[in-house]
Amino acid sequence: MKQNQILTPMRRVRGLGAGHSGTHHFWHQRITSVAAIPLTIAAIIIAISLLGRSHAAVVQILGSPLVAIVMLLFIINTTYHMWIGLQEIIVDYVHEDKLKLACLMGNTFFVFAITFASAFAILKLSFGV
Amino acid sequence: MAELEAGTTAAAQRPRPLSPHLQIYKFMLSYVMSGFHRVSGFVLYFGVLLIAWWLIAAATGPNAYASIEWFMGSWIGRLVLLGYSWALLHHMLGGVRHLIWDLSYGLEPTEREFLALATIVGSISLTVVVWVVGYLAMGGPR
Repeated sequence: MKQNQILTPMRRVRGLGAGHSGTHHFWHQRITSVAAIPLTIAAIIIAISLLGRSHAAVVQILGSPLVAIVMLLFIINTTYHMWIGLQEIIVDYVHEDKLKLACLMGNTFFVFAITFASAFAILKLSFGV
Repeated sequence: MAELEAGTTAAAQRPRPLSPHLQIYKFMLSYVMSGFHRVSGFVLYFGVLLIAWWLIAAATGPNAYASIEWFMGSWIGRLVLLGYSWALLHHMLGGVRHLIWDLSYGLEPTEREFLALATIVGSISLTVVVWVVGYLAMGGPR
């Protein structure tokens, strides 16, 4: 051991090791992917059932509680899944530090904007006004 | 301990070995589908704008809803929607394949290639089914 090295080798290895949150995104991506299967099938069925209908009918169906709840779950689950997914793509391909930070921030802004805008639209359809 | 000393000798001057790139490997459908899973996910990321547009238009009023209906009825709108629905179904089936692998099933060479083939055949078939059902729901093509 070098003289200026106070840490033991084991402590040094541990210090450079896991950040204690390495599998967090992996696990959440799995949770949202399992949830996405029934939610996506439900969203496709809802979309098909609304094809060619008048605006008034679409508003009534999308605003009904069961459909609105399923669509809200679909949107929130999907955007969270997208958030993790694009972050993984960004850290794989964007290596320049400032550009990477900008991409990661842009990812977050996009995901929040889509989530809130879609959720607001569904809630407005449900509660009227 | 030759390796430990290599850093100080001529060995350090040699160009370091590079990891082989895609064109060196034998063609496998599984790696094509692996890349396609990421590409379809990337496409869907921006495709969600269609869903947001649809919901906001419905919440805004009849005129806004008429404009998205007009766009989706045009040939370019139909093409975008076709691409989006295929990417969605492909990514869903690719995700199921990954979940199967996560549970450590289907990892043998023939099983891997079968799952990759099932993903692409399944996603194209499902897309056709969804569009046929969609057109039937609207009462025929228009």
